[in-house]
Amino acid sequence: MIDVEGVSKSFGETKALVGVDMSVPAGFVEGLLGPNGAGKTTLVRILATLLAPDAGRARISGVDVRTDPNTVRSLIGLAGQYAAVDERLTGRENLVMVGRLYRLGAKLAKVRADESLERLGLVEAADRPVKTYSGGMRRRLDLGASLVGRPQVLILDEPTTGLDPRTRLDMWSFIRDLVAEGTTVLLTTQYLEEVDQLANHSIVIDRGVVIASGTSDELKARVGTDLIEMEVSAAELDRTTAALRGIGCGTPIIKRANSHITIPTCVPVPDLMAAVRILDNAGMVPVSLGLRQPSLDDVFLALTGRSTDDDGPSTTTPTSPQPARSPA
Amino acid sequence: MTGVSAIPASQPEGLTTIEPIRLPRSAIFVDAVVIARRNLIGIARTPQLLVFATIQPILFVLLFRYVFGGAIAVPGVSYVDYLIPGIIVQTVVFGATSTAVGLSEDMSKGIIDRFRSLPMSRSAVLGGRTIADLVRNVFVVLLMIAVGTAVGFRFHNGFLPAVAAVFVALLLGYCLSWVFAFIGLTVADPESAQLAGFLPIFPLVFASSVFTSIQSMPGWLQAFAKVQPITRAADTVRALTQGGPVAANLIWTLLWSIAILAVFAPLAVRRYRHG
Repeated sequence: MIDVEGVSKSFGETKALVGVDMSVPAGFVEGLLGPNGAGKTTLVRILATLLAPDAGRARISGVDVRTDPNTVRSLIGLAGQYAAVDERLTGRENLVMVGRLYRLGAKLAKVRADESLERLGLVEAADRPVKTYSGGMRRRLDLGASLVGRPQVLILDEPTTGLDPRTRLDMWSFIRDLVAEGTTVLLTTQYLEEVDQLANHSIVIDRGVVIASGTSDELKARVGTDLIEMEVSAAELDRTTAALRGIGCGTPIIKRANSHITIPTCVPVPDLMAAVRILDNAGMVPVSLGLRQPSLDDVFLALTGRSTDDDGPSTTTPTSPQPARSPA
Repeated sequence: MTGVSAIPASQPEGLTTIEPIRLPRSAIFVDAVVIARRNLIGIARTPQLLVFATIQPILFVLLFRYVFGGAIAVPGVSYVDYLIPGIIVQTVVFGATSTAVGLSEDMSKGIIDRFRSLPMSRSAVLGGRTIADLVRNVFVVLLMIAVGTAVGFRFHNGFLPAVAAVFVALLLGYCLSWVFAFIGLTVADPESAQLAGFLPIFPLVFASSVFTSIQSMPGWLQAFAKVQPITRAADTVRALTQGGPVAANLIWTLLWSIAILAVFAPLAVRRYRHG
């Protein structure tokens, strides 16, 4: 349904995408993971016909985005983190306008607008100007606008970035319903949890290159299932690290900047208990200690040795016998 | 008005052949009307912007009518009859800069991206925007005529020439909107667009016959002022409302308008297409 072959795009000297391949079957949700500036948005813009690739080919339902953009535009819906709705229009006016621009007749555009409003729970607010909407409502309306053309392929560019947890759950359930009806979705996100919840398969991109792909379980397996995380006093950092060697099933990650130790673990509870016993016997009390699920940042660190918010080589110092950088 | 919608989302791949979408010829008009409507609703719902936009020319009228006017000598007519035609042209030119601000606002808010991702006419977003700004200019020109009349301005040349005068001014304003469309799409943040819009406009409006006769300007400035479109338009509106020879100035104004449109409409559409 979405076929991307060897797509490259540069902006001047900056290579935004380098030979990206991606293939998404009909009715699938593909996660597109990566930190800010990885090239996610560039790929989204190419698929949405907003940018032409320098090299390679991108097709939606077999239609080339470069040679037949209007057909592609009629097949896709685009919604994103910048709720692209007109603040001065009402919710309904926004949707009718987009429906008309999807080439629907006036009557059908109204019907579709009503359907979208109903579906996204915006009926009560439908006739209020969008400037009175909350951030979550705007985002819902933006998604609603991408639905009035009944797209086969929905391109979602970080649909839940910056949303509160409840609105995020609502967005997830809307997306699930659409998938259940057969819509193919490309879901761009910075949250591993989001692809965990929604995606059948994901690719991770970094600096324009696909560095990993698989189900979210496969991606998480790169870091171990769970993580023991603790903060200790700076003076105790090396001693604690040494004492805990042997705990967990991967390379511990030490952040000197804030004295954090993160240990991947395959048997979370026994490992955590063992760690507590060791620390207790040595008379060490960490500032904080807990178990958590791996995040995109952890996967990313395991794949590249860099944190998602780092640009430089790293503020993360791998300790332990093996290097933290794992083969990508 | 066919499309897309005919294919249900649930149809699995392989069972459908995708029909290539050809935009119908009517798309540019249908879409431009949709966009113009959207922009006019926006203008109507933010009356404070319209008020601010009209306060400035009203202040100019009062300033030049009552403060500087006494010191400005123009040949042949009373100063208020000289001034108001100039103000009408100044108003449509300043009004045209709102095209730049509106478009750059749409760019920065991602609405242009939404439009670009829809199977709609590429020129319609700009066409609809410029038409909406033209309607806005009609309103502002009528208001300025009312204000002018209140401070003593009169039409001395009959009804039809007066209507023609308004048309000429609006035509120039509309064509200039395409210059500002290009600027708005190039600059991409509303504050800079406002500034970038005013920069070329300032010398054109002040080094012109809008406020005073160009005879008193130094030779080099007079040479510039004499040929540029705003002087030509102001003199045309003046002749049409007050009487006097009109043909040469009218032809020059029309030529300028067409030339501006012919250069900047394709440039703006190109800029819109290629982001």
